[in-house]
Amino acid sequence: MTIGEVKSILEAKVLVGEERMEEPVVTACGSDLMSDVLAFVKDRTVLITGLINPHVVRTSEMLDITCIVFSRGKLPSQEILEEAEESGITVMSTEMTTYTACGELYVHGLPGTKKRAGGEGA
Amino acid sequence: MAVLMEKVFPVEAGAYGTAGEASTTIKRTLKQLGVGAEVLRHVSVACYEVELNLVIHSLGGTLTLQVEPDKVTLISKDVGPGIPDIEKAMTEGFSTANEEARTLGFGAGMGLPNMKRNSTEFDIQSEVGVGTTITMSFALK
Repeated sequence: MTIGEVKSILEAKVLVGEERMEEPVVTACGSDLMSDVLAFVKDRTVLITGLINPHVVRTSEMLDITCIVFSRGKLPSQEILEEAEESGITVMSTEMTTYTACGELYVHGLPGTKKRAGGEGA
Repeated sequence: MAVLMEKVFPVEAGAYGTAGEASTTIKRTLKQLGVGAEVLRHVSVACYEVELNLVIHSLGGTLTLQVEPDKVTLISKDVGPGIPDIEKAMTEGFSTANEEARTLGFGAGMGLPNMKRNSTEFDIQSEVGVGTTITMSFALK
């Protein structure tokens, strides 16, 4: 799936990274708990979250998460958007709840993360 | 083996706003040095976790990056308060994080186990009233 397809499935508005719509994503994760994201996520992931603070971007940069979708129409501050821009991370906002957004991506064929970031199965 | 590069980053206790900046710099530095994507991700995750721990739990400390031809080492050294029960602290789900850390999405008790999982070698030494030192190395393939 491409980031552009994620955008259209979630009827999302792109806030950063309009030029990266052709980039592929292979998995998705829905969480407001960055501790869990750090423990489970891997490369080329879409993160769907209702949590808005700069640590969402920093956590994503550490993990090579390429796309963040803020749910329930939440809009991050300019500071957060600038940090994402600098990190090369695409940011979108959808009116859907986290649950619905995850469900929509899942039924369209984007699976969840299965392995821990450290490589051990979990 | 010879240390090719060493950088020390001071980390301030309670500085939630800037937490993660040292890890971001470290990741970008290692990327420039040509460290592969997978190893880089392991280093970055462990580094971010340990930097957040310094901000959330310590009285302040330093994060040191050492690069050798065959490995990357991260050393987190703080000036207290020390961990009374390391075994407990290493248990997934055990957390003593405050409300501020939790509001930011941290403090789920995953940090130390996640550092151990991501590193090739992991060592933690702690003494109450003195401080904690965590040494993690990552083999470069």
